[in-house]
Amino acid sequence: MYAQMVKTDSDRLKSLDEMTPEEREFQERIGRGEKIEPKEWMPEGYRKTLIRQIGQHAHSEIVGQLPEGNWITRAPTLERKAILLAKVQDEAGHGLYLYSAVETLGVSRDELLAMLHSGKMKYSSIFNYPTLNWADIGAVGWLVDGAAIMNQVQLQKTSYGPYSRAMIRICKEESFHQRQGYDIMMKMAFGNPAQKAMAQDALSRFWYPSLMMFGPSDKDSVHSAQSMAWKIKINTNDELRQKFVDQTVPQAKYLGLTIPDENLKWNEDKGGYDFSEPDWSEFFDVIAGNGPCNRERMNARVKAWEDGAWFRDGLVAHAEKTASRRAAAGIAAE
Amino acid sequence: MATSVNPSFLLEFLLRTGDNALILGHRVSQWCGHSPVLEEDIALANTALDLIGETQLWLGLAGEVEGKGRTADSLAYLRDAAEFRNVLLVERPNGDFGQTLMRQFLFDVWHFELLTALQESSNARIAEISAKVLKEVSYHLERSADLIIRLGDGSAESHRHMQSALDDLWAYTGELFLTDVGDDALAEAGIAPAPASLKPKWEATVSRVLGEATLRRPTDNYIHKGGKRGVHTEHLGYILAEMQFLQRAYPGAIW
Repeated sequence: MYAQMVKTDSDRLKSLDEMTPEEREFQERIGRGEKIEPKEWMPEGYRKTLIRQIGQHAHSEIVGQLPEGNWITRAPTLERKAILLAKVQDEAGHGLYLYSAVETLGVSRDELLAMLHSGKMKYSSIFNYPTLNWADIGAVGWLVDGAAIMNQVQLQKTSYGPYSRAMIRICKEESFHQRQGYDIMMKMAFGNPAQKAMAQDALSRFWYPSLMMFGPSDKDSVHSAQSMAWKIKINTNDELRQKFVDQTVPQAKYLGLTIPDENLKWNEDKGGYDFSEPDWSEFFDVIAGNGPCNRERMNARVKAWEDGAWFRDGLVAHAEKTASRRAAAGIAAE
Repeated sequence: MATSVNPSFLLEFLLRTGDNALILGHRVSQWCGHSPVLEEDIALANTALDLIGETQLWLGLAGEVEGKGRTADSLAYLRDAAEFRNVLLVERPNGDFGQTLMRQFLFDVWHFELLTALQESSNARIAEISAKVLKEVSYHLERSADLIIRLGDGSAESHRHMQSALDDLWAYTGELFLTDVGDDALAEAGIAPAPASLKPKWEATVSRVLGEATLRRPTDNYIHKGGKRGVHTEHLGYILAEMQFLQRAYPGAIW
């Protein structure tokens, strides 16, 4: 899940009776499963929440290039290098669809980036963790993309048309990413003892941060209830986390790797695994800026933006020159 | 029918062509997540991906021609710097984004002309690989030439960046056209064009683009050379130390 703890500006859910006629019609359209399109009326809170949520998702895609990009130059074979490049290129492409989706809500990509760079907008906590060995690249695909897919599959049905369509495209690529991650894990887990140790180390480090991707329990959160009423969130964080654990435990078992949780146990009654909660104080530290890589990630993005100013300005200057030359040529031809 | 030629000349040619793609691909991939704008992140990753794909084809064929059981991977990951045959141009550091784009453009024009000529190679495998790769390289050239023009003829600052990149890299372009005994033999056999024969078309395209970009073509004709015979700059050692780390640290592992 690349959007965590998205606020809605609501302090409680309105009943249909309390809504204005416009709000009521809007809520009924959502209830009928209709898609909301950019130029149609929408409550201001809906628009703002979507900007936060899709914006945070877009930022996560582009910041997410960094931990994986960290291993492109060290990928162990030409094929692995090519696959990783293709994957990171996909992530950047996802960022592009998502920024385009947010732009339909009346905010520009430059404005969103300025908010990312100033720390006003966040990206997923997971990308503040380092990739320390090659198996981490496998773990990112297997666990991080796996957790993201849990959420994104649901969001294909989200009420906002451009977001839903972006998700449909993104999901197709993400499932390929997850498979390539698991493929790396298989090679590592079934490889030599050093490789197997790297695989275990990667799982041990990424397990809890992956569980944190879903965000803290939101069963009592007004924001989540409002987002669910608007169908821009379909499942609770706990439901998705449970689904993720249930899916992942057998995969880890197949790899012969140990999930770092002594309390992990199949629970026949609920038909799912019992598992330990991550350390939420660590999660809050990370989103407050104190994760292992927050500063590096943000500095890298800000540096890229600032160093690239002359490039972007140069292209604009050329476009303006070309336009004025064209205009002058038009006048001369008259 | 292909005329017979000393296989070591053919091997040398394939290593040069593959190593150029590999080392430039490595350099370009270093931008991932750090470029000036999202569209450039995507375009650069795509360019790097094309170059790594091309590397697999040329080094794969080099391994077959050598006949000692080496693969594209073992050639890429288990040779030391002195055995690499890429030109010095592609190992130049990325510098600012202008340097990266200028290096790409100067290389793309040459790469395009080389592959165009190689499509007519008397060696069917070489002709086939070249036809495939040329499709991608045509796009690389279109893109880099367009950016050189727009940035050269953009703002005063972008012009300055591009002129400075051109001045820095110019002396590394001459090596692309240097010819040795092996090159002559391959040209004779119709396997590959003589490097010098690519220069007039390279000059024509470069001059046209630089003209449109309002950039001044450097007049100094000094040539930095050595890469084609394995004498590199200090930079290549660091590229290989990074690229080859896992293969060197865990010999024989399957990844």
